[in-house]
Amino acid sequence: MQTGKLSNWSKWFLSLGFFFLYAPIIILVIFSFNKSELVTVWAGFSFKWYGELFRDPQMLGAAWISLKIAVLAASAAVVLGTMASMVMVRMGAFKGKTAFTSMITAPLVMPEVITGLSLLLLFVAMGQTLGWPGQRGMLTIWIAHVTFCTAFVAVVISSRLQELDESIEEAAQDLGAPPWKVFFLVTLPIIAPALVSGWLLAFTLSLDDLVIASFVSGPGATTLPMQVFSSARLGISPQINALATIIIGLASLAVLIAWWFARREGMRSVTISEN
Amino acid sequence: MKKFGVRSVIAVPYLWLLVFFLVPFLIVFKISFSEMQYAIPPYTDLVTWADEVLTINLNLGTYAYLINDDLYIRAYMSSVRIAFFATVCALLIGYPIAYAIARADTATRNALLMLVMLPSWTSFLIRIYAWVGILKNNGLINNGLMGIGIIDEPIAMLNTEFAVYLGIVYAYLPFMVLPIYTNLVKLDNSLLEASADLGCAPWKTFLTVTLPLSKAGIVAGCMLVFIPSVGEFVIPEMLGGAETLMIGKVLWQEFFNNRDWPVASAVAIVMLLLLLVPITFFHRYKARELES
Repeated sequence: MQTGKLSNWSKWFLSLGFFFLYAPIIILVIFSFNKSELVTVWAGFSFKWYGELFRDPQMLGAAWISLKIAVLAASAAVVLGTMASMVMVRMGAFKGKTAFTSMITAPLVMPEVITGLSLLLLFVAMGQTLGWPGQRGMLTIWIAHVTFCTAFVAVVISSRLQELDESIEEAAQDLGAPPWKVFFLVTLPIIAPALVSGWLLAFTLSLDDLVIASFVSGPGATTLPMQVFSSARLGISPQINALATIIIGLASLAVLIAWWFARREGMRSVTISEN
Repeated sequence: MKKFGVRSVIAVPYLWLLVFFLVPFLIVFKISFSEMQYAIPPYTDLVTWADEVLTINLNLGTYAYLINDDLYIRAYMSSVRIAFFATVCALLIGYPIAYAIARADTATRNALLMLVMLPSWTSFLIRIYAWVGILKNNGLINNGLMGIGIIDEPIAMLNTEFAVYLGIVYAYLPFMVLPIYTNLVKLDNSLLEASADLGCAPWKTFLTVTLPLSKAGIVAGCMLVFIPSVGEFVIPEMLGGAETLMIGKVLWQEFFNNRDWPVASAVAIVMLLLLLVPITFFHRYKARELES
């Protein structure tokens, strides 16, 4: 596609689009510093709601549970997602490959209520017949998150694997490296930035999930979105605005890191192609 | 040894997805044929074995109930309608954005793309919650309009179908922009030049060359918005009113409020059947991209 100076039309569309995407977020952030209890009337600058947020044991407990689940789920999803991408991109045809790719693509669009309900019924059935998992909680949420995050990670990593020049791997193989060595010494270092972006994506997806966690959770495991949802249902409170501001700040940081990795990667490939 | 290694790399993710993604659907299907009972678990067994008699109880009543009670049919219809029109709106807004980004130079392009994706990395729940403060009766828009004196009493925006449309378009817009952009950026420029050289007006080039060539991106974007929107729970719950029926919310209520697992399962199965065609469409596009 022809690139170059943006036309006035394009500039208009982009400005309107970005206004639509960002205005609600900016308003949310501004009102988190509002002194007043009323979330829509400005009454002066204050850090009051941040203090209140950090003194709320329920919010803190829920945030801690969510963070633990997100770190563990993202890590497992990166391992499974990398394996799945290798299977899809590098292994050629095998029996059951179509079923395999459908199980990777379907979770990307599956309505969350269906995924949540189906996993809960699985855990109940397993508890009845196998006696495991005895109680639902962090473990079941972790399993659910690993399952849907794997699909997203696999998409990120396979697109990187496809761009990768296979001749480098073949060269290593020709020089006598066994497949596992080729993977760990050649493929893995090259796709590492994709692993980082995949991990960050899985982390934010897990941290954000309300519906699936509500289905598969049990007593004693309330995640942050579940806590936010139950207090947002009671009406809007500036404390949620404060929490939102923190989450938005952290997410922007994560995206900037991922973007920086991707850009460095892009610059490297540019220099290679110029040589 | 090598064979074993290759097999285990295939087997681990395959088994995980089989057990935690595919098998659960079979269990939902099974439970949709059982009856609700007040026990743990709250549904009857399909197959019982007592006194050397094997009994199979296949209860079709739940599905009959879904057909006879018009709540469910209305909820399915309005979910599909809302998801459809929200997808059309997202396409009309998203396509020009994707087009403009694809026309920018490489450095600007990456920055713009990042800006489009950034909101979807922050919490979905919180972005929907942000609209509550903007749309409600004493919210930002109404306060602003009344402050200037354009209106005397607040316009009801929160808890309406309008708010649900707005929420879906807002939340899912990045997922429309991304695949269309990916498609447009790969477009061969010489085709557009050829069309211009042969005397085709820019708008005609767009309609006859650019648009048809970006069809795959449009289909993928529309599916990424349409399918999850049909089963959306958070948006109708937080922004919609009592009269906005959506099937995701109905399923949630059947499960959490009425504790009727068989009805919730049957609702899920029918929703899945409705979405089978769009999911297959999406799968075909994605599989080509993943395996090529």
